[in-house]
Amino acid sequence: MNTRLDATMPFGNTHNKLKMNYTAEQEYPDLSQHNNHMAKVLTPEMYANLRDKETPSGFTVDDVIQTGVDNPGHPFIMTVGCVAGDEETYEVFKELLDPVIEDRHGGYKPSDKHKTDLNAENLQGGDDLDPNYVLSSRVRTGRSIRGFCLPPHCSRGERRAIENLSIEGLSSLDGDLKGKYYALKNMTEEEQQQLIDDHFLFDKPVSPLLLASGMARDWPDGRGIWHNDNKTFLVWVNEEDHLRVISMQKGGNMREVFNRFCTGLTKIEGLFKEKGHEFMWNEHLGYVLTCPSNLGTGLRAGVHVKLPNVSKNEKFGEILKKLRLQKRGTGGVDTAAVGGVFDISNADRLGFSEVELVQMVVDGVNLLIEMEKRLEGGQSIDDLMPEQK
Amino acid sequence: MLNKSYLKEVFQSSMLKDVMQPNIMFVQCHLLSGEVFILYCVTIISKNYSNIIETLNFKRATHYNGPYTVLQSVRQFQQPIQAQKAGLDGKQVGKETLPPPFTVSILSDGPRSQRSLSSLRSLSDCGNNMASSFSRILSSKRNVGILSLVGAGSLTVGLLLNREQHVSAGAPVRRVYPASAEYPDLRKHNNCMASHLTPAVYAKLCDKATPNGYTLDQAIQTGVDNPGHPFIKTVGMVAGDEESYEVFADIFDPVIVERHNGYDPRTMKHPTDLDASKIRSGQFDEKYVLSSRVRTGRSIRGLSLPPACTRAERREVERVVVNALGGLQGDLSGKYYSLTDMSEKDQQQLIDDHFLFDKPVSPLLTCAGMARDWPDARGIWHNNEKTFLVWINEEDHTRVISMEKGGNMKRVFERFCRGLQEVERLIQEKGWEFMWNENLGYILTCPSNLGTGLRAGVHINLPRLSKDARFAKILDNLRLQKRGTGGVDTAAVGSTFDISNLDRLGQSEVHLVQTLIDGVNFLIECEKRLEKGQDIKIPAPISQFK
Repeated sequence: MNTRLDATMPFGNTHNKLKMNYTAEQEYPDLSQHNNHMAKVLTPEMYANLRDKETPSGFTVDDVIQTGVDNPGHPFIMTVGCVAGDEETYEVFKELLDPVIEDRHGGYKPSDKHKTDLNAENLQGGDDLDPNYVLSSRVRTGRSIRGFCLPPHCSRGERRAIENLSIEGLSSLDGDLKGKYYALKNMTEEEQQQLIDDHFLFDKPVSPLLLASGMARDWPDGRGIWHNDNKTFLVWVNEEDHLRVISMQKGGNMREVFNRFCTGLTKIEGLFKEKGHEFMWNEHLGYVLTCPSNLGTGLRAGVHVKLPNVSKNEKFGEILKKLRLQKRGTGGVDTAAVGGVFDISNADRLGFSEVELVQMVVDGVNLLIEMEKRLEGGQSIDDLMPEQK
Repeated sequence: MLNKSYLKEVFQSSMLKDVMQPNIMFVQCHLLSGEVFILYCVTIISKNYSNIIETLNFKRATHYNGPYTVLQSVRQFQQPIQAQKAGLDGKQVGKETLPPPFTVSILSDGPRSQRSLSSLRSLSDCGNNMASSFSRILSSKRNVGILSLVGAGSLTVGLLLNREQHVSAGAPVRRVYPASAEYPDLRKHNNCMASHLTPAVYAKLCDKATPNGYTLDQAIQTGVDNPGHPFIKTVGMVAGDEESYEVFADIFDPVIVERHNGYDPRTMKHPTDLDASKIRSGQFDEKYVLSSRVRTGRSIRGLSLPPACTRAERREVERVVVNALGGLQGDLSGKYYSLTDMSEKDQQQLIDDHFLFDKPVSPLLTCAGMARDWPDARGIWHNNEKTFLVWINEEDHTRVISMEKGGNMKRVFERFCRGLQEVERLIQEKGWEFMWNENLGYILTCPSNLGTGLRAGVHINLPRLSKDARFAKILDNLRLQKRGTGGVDTAAVGSTFDISNLDRLGQSEVHLVQTLIDGVNFLIECEKRLEKGQDIKIPAPISQFK
């Protein structure tokens, strides 16, 4: 029997062959109300060029853009509006994703190379962010396992395989990284409550940005949380990416957080390699993740910091921009700040190394705290205004 | 002149040689004379033989009334098909008996040939040349291109069936993991799909796809994502197209039996009756009945259903239906409001009239993929009198609603039937029709709406009866259902209820509406008796299927 490569996939939510019965014009989405990176880039001509293509696992351009079609915009941020279903998505749909990446990542060109640096020794300082202001420090990134489809597109079988590989790999961690895996679907009431209290438990996504891409299918099958006994190193399995790796602790010792982050990540990568699996990575895009916004380092290093005075200053936005930092509410990307406490983190992901990005956060937060202290004392901060990084 | 030898030539010159499985092909031929022939051709290829063995038969269709008639004619081939085997030297070596052809999907010329084309294209075993030559024929406008190719008549598409008892004309689904690794975890689930989707059924169906490419995993996704409510048992699966009900019959059939209280689509037939003149006593006492309403849904044959449709298909549904609605006249004449370019003023008016529907938020619907590309190609049509309303591309291709204040259910139903039949006539003029078959009645997205898809109901005040302990039992025996006046997910406020028919499939529209009318009249009688201090009796349970 002849099994063609373009056979329909069981777990996609669109089927390409049927669409080809209609012209590109008839299928082109209505993006007139839209304001996301995808909508800015996807012309009818581009759609016509891309619509008959598929990645080897059957991901199509309509799969890539569905979330951007369904979600015209976001109140606080300019969303990307596309996702990848597998590693090859970034190749097959270059025509769309390269300009999106360039737009989103500050002019990063298709010919640019991304530098990876997970050597925590290269970080200067960072161990003494003022704990009177900095409540907690955190670094997170994501990793994808090469050869598997990404969360928008994976089947239940694949997702379970990813979970099994992750459990295997993580169970070999020892020392201060030794820990335990909690599968979402087998969790006891007590375990669940504990994880909620620790602020570790992740919920089924409710954001329509994520739901529309298909990442929440079959919830909670194949999802879980691993954390070390010290509760300072945490891995989410099969949420928005195959793995989300988080190092965090209370207080302002970002250096220690980053140290543990790098050690942990490197160990995990080694454990996967022992089993014959590697992470998705290439020298142009760095680490490959589901959302184009997380390419490169996928790294968000941040603090929860009290900045009641600086945040009211009319130049706050400009300062953050110059420092290449971003503010969020302490509830995460979709929240607003409460009580002058902000989540301040690096704005970039791609085109800078991990060390460089954490350095920006350390230096930037130190400056913001200095500004806050000045404003507390009624002094001016004009001489502290930074240059554009 | 269309004859067997000519057709044999056509088939032989096509790439049927590449077909690797026994197949039966039905081809509908439209002649210039207006006659329609249905041909079926059986081809058997086996690896041991290098010849094509064919048996060609044809049958004249009784009269052409669109593809539905074709289907009926084709179904008459219920006897086994004799096919001849030939050896390497071409000499006949024996006979083989193939089982009778299973039901086929509709195919025809005109707009739906696009879909038939996809059936051809999606067949991995059908020669590429055949598909591509048909695609050249059909992408040009209908008959002109066809005539130029074959001369005597127009030859439109075909559908290949394989020998199994399913219409599984879609391409085989490529899996990396075995069925056991893909089988969903349904241990915490309480919906009809989870009750019947055993690992064996899953393994049998997971490799199949409908001709449009819709798969089992897509059909069950909503049921996997929504385990259900301990008190309400949801259906847990949807159809992506008409063929879903055939290709995945092994799971749909038991779900339908459970959801429709024993109606078995494998053995029973569903009656359709939209003759409102048969209704008796359809005027309720308006001291009790505040409003009357009848709703149903209709799907346009040849286009995928909301969980699976592409943007172009959805826009096509909108175009076809809005076009037809534009032809309505008299008390039915009205206007269309597209969700994408609605003015603020129109939007507010529609909200005030309680007509506007929102983007679905229920995860039961969103997980099935029905809300994709919202609000593209969605809209609301209503007549000027605001008594006949059509929703386009919400949960179904169309939802049709007839309603008015007061208790004149007979008039509401009469308008309902008239409107539906008019719309059907108008779409048929353009070569379209509704999805319908004699076992499942009208085909809709959710199996719970098969058959009539009809919910006829009233908003009614029953202050005394609703407090009587026998209320639930009375409703049950009358085959009625109560809801709050906000709809299916609401509770009643005060003593005003939404009372409607419980059943959808296995009884006709007239029968269901009459049941509702008789039941509501009985409830009103009970309420009146209680008012006078008299006692009431629980009625005998009425029989479900006639």
